[in-house]
Amino acid sequence: MAGQTGTRKHVFSKKIDAFFKGLADAWNFVKRFFQEVFVPPYEFKEVIHQCYRIGVESLPLISLTGFIVGIVFTNQSRPSLSEFGATSWLPSLIAIAIVRAMGPLVTALIAAGKVGSGIGAEIGSMKVTEQIDAMEVSATNPYKFLVVTRVLATTLMIPVLVMYTDFVALMGAFINVNANELVSISTFFAQVFSSVTFLDIFSSIIKSLFFGFTIGMVGCYKGYNSSKGTEGVGRAANAAVVVSMFLIFIEELLSLQIINLFRMK
Amino acid sequence: MDNREKVVVVRDLYKAFGELEVLKGVDMDLYREENLVVLGRSGTGKSVLIKIMVGLLQQDSGSMEVFGKEISRLGVRELNEMRLKIGFSFQNSALYDSMTVRENMEFPLVRNIKNLTKKEISFRIEELLDAVGLPQTINQMPSELSGGQKKRIGVARTLVLNPEIMLYDEPTAGLDPITCVEINNLINEVRERYKTTSIVITHDLSCAKQTGDRMAVLLEGQFGALGTFEEVFPHAEDQRIKSFYDYNFINS
Repeated sequence: MAGQTGTRKHVFSKKIDAFFKGLADAWNFVKRFFQEVFVPPYEFKEVIHQCYRIGVESLPLISLTGFIVGIVFTNQSRPSLSEFGATSWLPSLIAIAIVRAMGPLVTALIAAGKVGSGIGAEIGSMKVTEQIDAMEVSATNPYKFLVVTRVLATTLMIPVLVMYTDFVALMGAFINVNANELVSISTFFAQVFSSVTFLDIFSSIIKSLFFGFTIGMVGCYKGYNSSKGTEGVGRAANAAVVVSMFLIFIEELLSLQIINLFRMK
Repeated sequence: MDNREKVVVVRDLYKAFGELEVLKGVDMDLYREENLVVLGRSGTGKSVLIKIMVGLLQQDSGSMEVFGKEISRLGVRELNEMRLKIGFSFQNSALYDSMTVRENMEFPLVRNIKNLTKKEISFRIEELLDAVGLPQTINQMPSELSGGQKKRIGVARTLVLNPEIMLYDEPTAGLDPITCVEINNLINEVRERYKTTSIVITHDLSCAKQTGDRMAVLLEGQFGALGTFEEVFPHAEDQRIKSFYDYNFINS
């Protein structure tokens, strides 16, 4: 019995050790990004290539999702507003919801699934097939070429994609509002812009920068630390999505609290 | 007394992974322009030895001196300078699969040798592809190449930086016998043409016989035998070396 308890204790303490070691590894991985990003040589060509890949790859899915979100959200909100005879507030309500929360969140979650998993799998497979080691032994910095470029690309592209999603979702909302309330496009967008503040747009962009950084960093970290074998590549891709999504929700919650502080002032 | 210049000196090298001790006090000298073949069964630490040499792994104790410098004590910049002198040909070639053959070869070249014109880069790449007999593959992706072609391109990519030492990790693994002979010839050609010093890691005795000046057999974490092929194998007294020899030649 005593032996069993001892073994259990040992396993438990080993798991705790592994957890804190993982945290320390992750922290060092993030810290290394800030140490390397400002130091030459700069891989501009690769950053542009990754920006293009991330943007183009995500565009069809984000267009479709954003458009549907706009239509569905408008449709779902109408009955509640019509009870108070306030359907004329639909453009304002939708604009605020999309710009403040839904646009960034929907884009980030889709990008985590599409881009984050792609990065995790790509770097994981490079790790497993010794391509990262090959870069290292040829006196090239693989972290700079693979991680810094991808994290920069996701950090820069997610805000662009968020603005695009906002626009597409608002177009979806307009089509629904126009079909039901016969509101013209100029009236619709006049109402949208009168209800959205600078703080809304600014906070949405800042938040998206953090989402982008998280997606890139988690994807790269999981890929870079994937264990040997194809199973490890799959796990890296899966973990990249799960961890990114989890962190995105936490960041959303934190940003909401911080932005509310500014709104109250 | 051997007067030849020693380019690699290994003394009492230890390396363990957790509780698994892989290298247990390895001693080794590598002389300029010689081909040393390191033989041993899978999992005996052959690849670990050359990975320590390029700083991909670090020893637990002992020393690994390359060109008179202890590898484990080098800083990042010094280690990278050292790596430019050592070419590493990986077991599975490790070609960058998102890049063409040309881009694979350009990658280390443009990042390590500054101020090269596009013409100079192209000339160097084409020259090396000619040397490995694959000039036609320049615009192909790695997925379009056969196993033997990948190995050759992998060697060409390491030669692009003019290394003084070449490390071949299982160069003939997974290849048919004819391609194996071609790769062995390539290893010899590389040494003659570029005056490189080489370590060939293998468990293929045909490859060892064809390419090696000296053989070193790794047994249970230490070199069990060191000498020419004739000295080490045909009349080996150690049963493990003898069975290694018998098995290889009966099967080939």
